[in-house]
Amino acid sequence: MSHLSAALAHCLPELILAAGILVLVLFGALRGKESGGPVTEIAAGLLGLAIVIIFLGSKTTAVVFDGAFIDDGFGRFMKVLTLVGSLVTLIMSQDFLAREKIDKFEFPILILLSTLGMLMLISAAGLIALYLGLELMSLSLYVIAAFHRDNLRASEAGLKYFVLGALSSGMLLYGASLLYGFAGTVSFAGIAETINGKASLGAVFGLVFLMAGLAFKMSAVPFHMWTPDVYEGAPTPVTAFFASAVKMAAVAITIRVVLTAFPGIASQWRQIVIFISLLSMVLGAFAAIGQTNIKRLMAYSAIGHIGFALVGLAAGGEAGVSGVLAYMAIYLVMTLGTFAGILSMRVNGEGVENISDLSGLAKTDGVMAFFLAMMMFSLAGIPPLAGFFAKWYVFNAAIQAGLYWLSVIGVLSSAVAAYYYLRIVKVMYFDEAAPAFDRPAAAPRAVLAVTGLLVLFLFAYPGVFIDATTAAAQSLF
Amino acid sequence: MFGFGILSCIVFLPLVGAGFILALRGTDEATLENARRAALGTTLIVFLLSVYAYTKFDPSSSAFQLVEEKGWFGQGLIYKMGVDGISFPFLLLTTFLMPICILASWKSIQTRVKEYMVAFLVLETLMSGVFCALDLVLFYLFFEGGLIPMFLIIGVWGGRRRVYASFKFFLYTLAGSLLMLLAIMAMYGVAGTTDIVTLLQTHFPSSMQKWLWLAFFASLAVKMPMWPVHTWLPDAHVEAPTAGSVILAGILLKMGGYGFIRFSLPMFPEASAYFTPLVFALSIIAIIYTSLVALVQEDMKKLIAYSSVAHMGFVTMGLFSMTSQGVQGAVFQMISHGLVSGALFLCVGVVYDRMHTRDISAYGGLAARMPLYATVFMIFTLANVGLPGTSGFIGEFLTLLGAFRINSWVAFLATTGVILSAAYALYLYRRIIFGVLDKPSLASILDLSWREAALFAPLVALTIVYGIYPAPVLDSSAAAINALIKNYDTALAVVTKTAAMTVH
Repeated sequence: MSHLSAALAHCLPELILAAGILVLVLFGALRGKESGGPVTEIAAGLLGLAIVIIFLGSKTTAVVFDGAFIDDGFGRFMKVLTLVGSLVTLIMSQDFLAREKIDKFEFPILILLSTLGMLMLISAAGLIALYLGLELMSLSLYVIAAFHRDNLRASEAGLKYFVLGALSSGMLLYGASLLYGFAGTVSFAGIAETINGKASLGAVFGLVFLMAGLAFKMSAVPFHMWTPDVYEGAPTPVTAFFASAVKMAAVAITIRVVLTAFPGIASQWRQIVIFISLLSMVLGAFAAIGQTNIKRLMAYSAIGHIGFALVGLAAGGEAGVSGVLAYMAIYLVMTLGTFAGILSMRVNGEGVENISDLSGLAKTDGVMAFFLAMMMFSLAGIPPLAGFFAKWYVFNAAIQAGLYWLSVIGVLSSAVAAYYYLRIVKVMYFDEAAPAFDRPAAAPRAVLAVTGLLVLFLFAYPGVFIDATTAAAQSLF
Repeated sequence: MFGFGILSCIVFLPLVGAGFILALRGTDEATLENARRAALGTTLIVFLLSVYAYTKFDPSSSAFQLVEEKGWFGQGLIYKMGVDGISFPFLLLTTFLMPICILASWKSIQTRVKEYMVAFLVLETLMSGVFCALDLVLFYLFFEGGLIPMFLIIGVWGGRRRVYASFKFFLYTLAGSLLMLLAIMAMYGVAGTTDIVTLLQTHFPSSMQKWLWLAFFASLAVKMPMWPVHTWLPDAHVEAPTAGSVILAGILLKMGGYGFIRFSLPMFPEASAYFTPLVFALSIIAIIYTSLVALVQEDMKKLIAYSSVAHMGFVTMGLFSMTSQGVQGAVFQMISHGLVSGALFLCVGVVYDRMHTRDISAYGGLAARMPLYATVFMIFTLANVGLPGTSGFIGEFLTLLGAFRINSWVAFLATTGVILSAAYALYLYRRIIFGVLDKPSLASILDLSWREAALFAPLVALTIVYGIYPAPVLDSSAAAINALIKNYDTALAVVTKTAAMTVH
């Protein structure tokens, strides 16, 4: 009994979310009203509670449930990022959904379910747990992508995401079955033991399929095709959720899989990671140039940023992983800030999402223009903003690992990418004013201000942040 | 002072002024006047502080002084500030030019005044930070961060093609700098720190030096700018508002030269020696080619921009001669060019504010109605040509002397640039100032106002004083430059010795 309770203590955040979801579903159904109402607040409270529990909970590493679930510093760090992403998008979404008249109580519940899946995914220590978490996350995502069901583009986005997502899950499952066949176990530690140093062809095949499935969730090239369409079609809060929380979970499990299940064949997976990273950076930089829709542009930007983050993973080692963690944390802040800005883009009650709608924002809403401009400079990686330090850590790790060409191509593509971020600044600052936006809701504005200040002043007091990423990365080695 | 050293105060005080201006509410004329006064006051205080710092500075020592050090990002990244005889003149130049820039924008900037002043104050922080930073990453932070305010200054307050010019400026500089960033990472890998003082004593492997040198070159040559990556400069200069051009020519270009003298030459001596012919060739091309291009310009600012590229050619030539005359001349030339070209852009600004055109053909015979202006313009034109008695002469003469000791052909070819510079500068002067004032639009043009005269007075004084008595600049940098050259020669001697030993 004490054994079980000790195990349960390690997955307390997940348990609370799961119990909360069940209660909320009942509550919502019995309440008899369509609208979200208190469900959103309670859901946000649960997410906040989960964050608090992670901060107060044990700081040790433990593998429980027969090697299926791992609770370690790395997982806790990524879980906090994921939960922050979910919490902030949930808070920001309320106003948007109400104005679009789709504020049904299922939305916060689906966000919670998906977040629960992400937490399980991050803590997965074996292939079965991985797949369970991944599917719980994805199935909820398919639904919320099409949550605006009367909207043609949203339905299309949901369907597209579902079909391609199912395909990628299939590939992942195929890879997992190959690995099980060749290793005789589903736990990452067991796989690592079996294929230590000698890569049997079957195991490598399994690895490749597994990576394909994960690359899809990360929206890394060449499995990125769904990203622009889904980002553009889905309701904006959902897009923000895709760009923030989902990315965190997907990157976390990718790191965990390659480092804990395949440390013995690092040279094999590093090739894959380098390849994916290189293509993502270059495609993200060039394909975004021609975009006119800002959500679509952010989709290509996300592809590029995943490429940059993977540079750190390609470098491997503790420095590389802590670089990826720093990158993802800073990227989370920048994404949430940018989407807070996009959520505030409404003219006469209608949401607008073209870059040209931002014209002359500096004249009509100077504060929003300033913070959004700082987000753009930060996404472009210009010092002294936070985005620069994100790039510094991953590329520094890559240079120390001798990946010179990857780094050179990476920084050059980031110079290309700077062009389209600058274009948004140009539209806001240099162009004549377009119709002013409606008075934005309080939540997105607050998020934009807070993230903006974080991005501006990270350089002044970086100690806590750097210590956290280093400690989290150490727990993997 | 307030728990910080004096350098931190100089660097970060403008941010306080910027914060104050941001806090001002209202858009009426009184508020704008307050914003202007606050900006001017801040820059003046910063200038006085930097003069005060100079009194505490010992020019006879080659070591870094007024050093402050604090922990920062961990992993070897530290917050470290300090100055030596090479960087202090640049710091003074920055703090000296800033009040002049603010004063020059007093009347000519009428839209978004508060934002303009804030952008300039932030820019001052970032520029003075470049010359004070003693940590490479900190240096990069300031170096690259300056792009943001300058991008906005050109793009928001610039001329007709401002968008094109601002993008070109930003992307050119960024692409070069990112390669330098990779080199900084590689140096961090070797030395385990980015502390400049430690890096100056670190020996980098010869094969690595060449790559690092090239990566730094990619960034510094764009910033300098050297032929053939100079094309962003004429565009940026032409479109920037007057004060923006002054800052570009006066300080931002000097960061390239400062980077060569602080990093490339002392940290990669073998690679510097190896690439010297390349730098000489590019310098000569810059001097002759851009002087010829300047001759045919129709736009006053463009002409001065091309002349800047040519003058920077003298700087790179002097630096890579690695003789004490050459390097001292290059430093002097940079300071002098900062004053002279800044003043020339101000001269253009004076007539531009009145006529709103920069076409040379729109002017002529200004001497008749603007005698004071004609005199000021003449002084700076002659200083730009390098007439003895002006500061321009000292720099050009010393760099030519330094180059002559190394390679007489380089010096010979560069000297033709002196002749060409006389040609284009005097030609420009003749077309604008002399002749008959027969254009009806110019009939009622007014001479310099008190404010404008006050702007030019310190610049005229320094140009002539430094022309006659250059010792203040030369003496303050002499010790540091001699140490630099000594270390450089020692490093090369070691290499030659090892090479000789391996042959035998």
